[in-house]
Amino acid sequence: MKQKSIAVVGAAETTKMGKIPDVSVIGLHADAALNAMADCGLKPSDIDGVATAGISPVDLAHYMGITPTYADGTSVGGCSFMLHVRHAAAAINEGLCNTVLITHGESGRSRVGAGGFARAASSLAGQFEMPFGPMGPPTMFTIPVLRYLKARGYTVEDLAHVAVIQREWAAMNPRASFKDPITVADVLGADMIAWPFTKLMCCLVTDGGGALILTSAERAKDFPQKPVYILGTGESVETPMVSQMEDFTSSKAFRVSGKKAFEESGISHSDVDHLMIYDAFAHLPLYGLEDLGFCKPGEAAGFIRGRNTAPGGKLPLNTNGGGLSYMHSGMYGMYALQESVRQMRGIAPAQVPGAKISIAHGVGGMFAASGTIVFSNEAP
Amino acid sequence: MPPRMLPEPTPETRHFWDGCKAGELRLQRCTDCDGGSYFPPRPFCPKCGSRKVENYAASGKGVLWSYVINMRPRPDMGTEPYAIAVVKLAEGPQMMSNIVNCPQTPEALQLDMPLTVTFAAQNDDISLPFFEPVKG
Ligand SMILES: [Zn+2]
Repeated sequence: MKQKSIAVVGAAETTKMGKIPDVSVIGLHADAALNAMADCGLKPSDIDGVATAGISPVDLAHYMGITPTYADGTSVGGCSFMLHVRHAAAAINEGLCNTVLITHGESGRSRVGAGGFARAASSLAGQFEMPFGPMGPPTMFTIPVLRYLKARGYTVEDLAHVAVIQREWAAMNPRASFKDPITVADVLGADMIAWPFTKLMCCLVTDGGGALILTSAERAKDFPQKPVYILGTGESVETPMVSQMEDFTSSKAFRVSGKKAFEESGISHSDVDHLMIYDAFAHLPLYGLEDLGFCKPGEAAGFIRGRNTAPGGKLPLNTNGGGLSYMHSGMYGMYALQESVRQMRGIAPAQVPGAKISIAHGVGGMFAASGTIVFSNEAP
Repeated sequence: MPPRMLPEPTPETRHFWDGCKAGELRLQRCTDCDGGSYFPPRPFCPKCGSRKVENYAASGKGVLWSYVINMRPRPDMGTEPYAIAVVKLAEGPQMMSNIVNCPQTPEALQLDMPLTVTFAAQNDDISLPFFEPVKG
């Protein structure tokens, strides 16, 4: 895409976060959408493009009273919203629509109006994975990790450090689910979920949502909030079955998506002031730092232990506390995007002083898909 | 205990499950390119797209590539923790399986340990391919 041709003009999360037993899934989408519209002063009749995952864009458009000329139902897991941003940018530039609303809402904890985690017994995953006992992401996303640790010379303590440092960020975020400090010993001593993963290496399960509104950079200047420009984007997909991931030590989807986003944005790694890497589990920031090229293979664990990603470090990472400590409703990518937008607007609870470029990198499924968005707060 | 979750074969995977029933681990390979063996089954080569592929009985040998030990057993899997493993087959492909005739502990389950396939009938149609440590 053309750099800085598109901007985020509206961004908001649901009014409440965490445990919301009195709102259904579509209600969470709507609450976030209404908050994002209020953020930029738009009404449903001003929106002519919709994108969402989990529910259909038809559900969203009808519920909100929107008559779109553009609808995107890309649903590749938690990074779907990164792909929605990318596709919306292309659609607006191509004249398919002017203003796109992207929503997420999920009743991950309370399960109000929510579906289940099912695979048809005749699907490839149903035939070649489910008979062997996986029980959702904690027992699937984690499967490559022992191979990764052995290949890199990392330890389970390295996984624990990821959780400990993200808790430091969460402590600065009033909306974070968990704010109390934790130690490596706390993480290693927590309930074992799927060896070697303890509960504190796994994401939260909460309720919530978020929404973004995008339009052309030219129009963006007329909105009340500081525009956050899209500098570059990437996406890719690899496999619906984690057992078939080509390389257990590196995500092909991460590499392809990240490379494309860096190429489009024309930046180098040293230009990046703030980074979000979707952390459904503690190993993901390690894979992300390596596959996006911030660290050489084998150096990511030391980079985190050396406090480079911690408060005061040179590459602030997952500054909202992440899926491990902030919130995780199921498809967390929207919250990574929201935190990048807050950092670019200069209003994040743990604001990185002077940050000009932020990257939000998402994963979908179990290393199945990836999307990467590079944001800038400097006008074109 | 509810019945174990079992695969529902499709026309494209039938040969694999028939193989398991007959005590053979059947892989596929391309006869047009040297793309090697691939898995899961499909009637074309994922490297070159050719439909000229053949089924063959693989060695059933492999190594333990990676795993987790699920401490909260799925209801149809019994009450004890069990390893969900990925085996790297001698012919190249990776497949998910369980490791049987072996304690389900980190000490017993060492990465790269040699494994061999063993089949366990679940009903008249479906046998699941499991792996066990090579003896001796
Ligand atoms: Zn071929």
